[in-house]
Amino acid sequence: MLWVILIPLAAAAAAPLLHRLLRAHVAAVLAAVPIGLALAIATRLPLEPGAAWTEVLPWIPDLGIALAFRLDGLSLTFGLLICGIGALVLLYAGAYMRTDSRLGRLCGLLLLFLGAMLGVVFSDDVFVLFVFWELTSIASYLLIGFKHEKQDARDAARQALLVTGAGGLALLAGLVLLTIAASQMGLSTDQVSRISALTTVDLSGHVLFVPALLLIVLGAFSKSAQMPLHFWLPNAMTAPTPVSAYLHSATMVKAGVFLLARLNPVFGESLLWHLLLMATGAVTMLVAAAMAAGQTDLKRILAYTTVSVLGTLTMLIGVGTELAIKAAVVYLVAHACYKAALFMIAGSLEHATGTRDIRQLSGLFRAMPVTAISGILAALNMAGAPPLFGFIGKELLLKAKLDLEYLGVVLILIASLANVLLIALALVVAVWPFFGRRCPGVTLAHEAPLLMLLGPLLLAVTGLFVGLIPGTFDSALGSAMATAISGRPIVMELKLWHGVSPVALTALGISAATLTVGFALFLRLREWLAHIAIAVARIGRRGPARVYDLLFASGLALAERVTRLTETGSLHQYVRLVLLALIVACLYPLIRCFPVVSQLSSSWHWHEVLLVLLTLVGAAAAVFSRSRLSAIALLGITGLLIAVLFALFSAPDLAITQIMVEALTVILLVLIFYRLPQFTAFRTRLARVVDALVALAAGTIMAGLVLATATVHLSPTVSEQLARMSKPEAYGRNVVNVILVDFRAMDTLGEIAVVAVAGLGVYALIKLKRRRRAEEGTA
Amino acid sequence: MFVVMALLVGALYAAAFYLLLARSTVKLIFGLLLLGHAANLLIFSAGGLVRANPAIVPSGVEAPLPGYADPIPQALILTAIVISFAVLAFAAVLVKRAYVESGTDDSEEMRTTEQ
Repeated sequence: MLWVILIPLAAAAAAPLLHRLLRAHVAAVLAAVPIGLALAIATRLPLEPGAAWTEVLPWIPDLGIALAFRLDGLSLTFGLLICGIGALVLLYAGAYMRTDSRLGRLCGLLLLFLGAMLGVVFSDDVFVLFVFWELTSIASYLLIGFKHEKQDARDAARQALLVTGAGGLALLAGLVLLTIAASQMGLSTDQVSRISALTTVDLSGHVLFVPALLLIVLGAFSKSAQMPLHFWLPNAMTAPTPVSAYLHSATMVKAGVFLLARLNPVFGESLLWHLLLMATGAVTMLVAAAMAAGQTDLKRILAYTTVSVLGTLTMLIGVGTELAIKAAVVYLVAHACYKAALFMIAGSLEHATGTRDIRQLSGLFRAMPVTAISGILAALNMAGAPPLFGFIGKELLLKAKLDLEYLGVVLILIASLANVLLIALALVVAVWPFFGRRCPGVTLAHEAPLLMLLGPLLLAVTGLFVGLIPGTFDSALGSAMATAISGRPIVMELKLWHGVSPVALTALGISAATLTVGFALFLRLREWLAHIAIAVARIGRRGPARVYDLLFASGLALAERVTRLTETGSLHQYVRLVLLALIVACLYPLIRCFPVVSQLSSSWHWHEVLLVLLTLVGAAAAVFSRSRLSAIALLGITGLLIAVLFALFSAPDLAITQIMVEALTVILLVLIFYRLPQFTAFRTRLARVVDALVALAAGTIMAGLVLATATVHLSPTVSEQLARMSKPEAYGRNVVNVILVDFRAMDTLGEIAVVAVAGLGVYALIKLKRRRRAEEGTA
Repeated sequence: MFVVMALLVGALYAAAFYLLLARSTVKLIFGLLLLGHAANLLIFSAGGLVRANPAIVPSGVEAPLPGYADPIPQALILTAIVISFAVLAFAAVLVKRAYVESGTDDSEEMRTTEQ
């Protein structure tokens, strides 16, 4: 199964190169990749409920993270949708952007996204899932911002990335908490992050269960555009239409729903899970449907209805009964088909007429008959009109709610309201662009090329086909998917006509009523549209998007202020800041070492202490010296005294080197600094006192650090080995020398290189001066 | 003696920090020099202080006498002495150039990249 994910990623990498070779045919050639994958996945059909194949490759065994993949009803359905719609979108994109030089990039990014999505749905390890989840965020960022020369595309892409990325962080935190809880409830390390294993233990009693649940749900909501995190999805409509058709119908936004469905067996016993999903889903369903009615841009109408449907799916998973899961399965597949088709049709209409404004499009049936028929079919599917697949979904949805005792009435009211709005909008999408008077300015409209018709037509016909013969779907796939979501065996038997029973008749009655009211609303919508649009825009300005804008602006302002505060350009402040940080960071650990350090006893001799005192006096005199040259001389004396200390404590090589280097340093500094003005006091007296205190405190910390080294006992094996090998192996008696020129000769080579580079730098600086003076002289 | 050395290291660091905090770029160079000494002595003290028994193999035997001073810190310090000299030389020439170009040795007046 790893190959299924790697092949599209490899194809993505090859796409720009293939575009150079094949020009516009690249999309058709690359579409073979998802088609082949879809066929490979489809060989598993028909799927028995509960059947699953797993594949585990070791990745990070220490953490128990493995490349574990799982193919069951849920992931197989998603895999087919991702590959099937992906192939159609690639074909569509090839025609849509035939002459665009960036077609190769678009195809590559679409394939990258496809691979990432497949990774999400096939992962059986929560952390592998998370990695692919983030990859989809990144790929969608690149796709939404595809027209990166436009400001609004960049803004929308960044908004989508920030919202879904923040949700991704919440998801990661939630997953970590979940695995901690699972390991404390007795799962072994290699099982703890495996989704299929998490369902086998009851975590609901663990203290981390609720935080994990909330964080994971937050991550899923951000990805699936649930209120109040929905605002990025309509804005993402600035992307090219093939991208919208792919990301915002069947894949990216469904990833959140997928995660909820996947983890439903883990959290399904929790009341909080059900309430949270039901409430958020219901609110999202209704509000998004209302906001969709106030849009004039065809793609934005579709985007808001997508948000509404995502809300419905979330709510259904939250309801969690057998009927609800069945409804979610049907609704999810039906929506993926008709929404992808409608997005592609929106793109075709824009391609043909140059506009996406729903008020300007009209009378195009004669010019674009195939597009029109596909569009009408898809829209009727969206409206849930019989005998399409959407109708079955809606019937199930209503029955699922009738099934609930108390909440049912409320949910049915909300769902019916949302449904009326969706039906009216579906009729708008089906009727306005194609019928009525041919609008002026679009007389040149023409039928879309074959490849742009293929996708919508196939998807629309699929909806009709599955609606008429639903048995093929539920026996092949539906039952297995529902079983995977609920964790209990579910057998689906979908029918268009449910016979005569109170529940079936009630559902049918509500369905007919919503269709009628929806139709009535549709008839008045043209008059009301302007008013609704103004109201929606007014609400939108105060909504969560406003919060996002404020947060974003304040984030930028904070970054600017922090930068101004810390990046002053003043060396003096930098040094002070570093020293203060050092003091703060080291204080506590050093205090903890104190008991051991205070026990230290050591022998000392008078001459040694005298030497140390002399060194100190030399350094102090150098610090406070008013003359530059005497300071240099005093520093030289200090260095020489340190050389003597080296000699006293068994380091003759260090003493020799130090003496030589010290002599060189003094000569060099005198030469360089001979012609400079006297020291001037740049600082005020107060600043000097503060600096002295900071320096003293930092010095005390360093002294403490030396003392603290006494508490650390490293085993001297390396030193002993080097000392033992020195004579027999390297034929040298001085171990320090042997280390430098033999055992660690490469390090010494590096050291010499540093000295050489520094020498070159010094030379260049001096030469530069001479040359500039020479130039000035000639000028 | 270890405690005395620790005090010396602390005092050298304090002196170096005080010079680094001075706004004069020349004092900055002096501070760098003292900082190098302090760091070397830190490593030296941490490696353990041993009197009159360097890690040298006497003639006639194959290994240094037991209780010899640890050779690895010494090798590290030897490298550090040479490198800090190279860095110091470069920094000193740079400071000199900066003074010649800008006419000041006050680091606060060198805050911008513009002339």
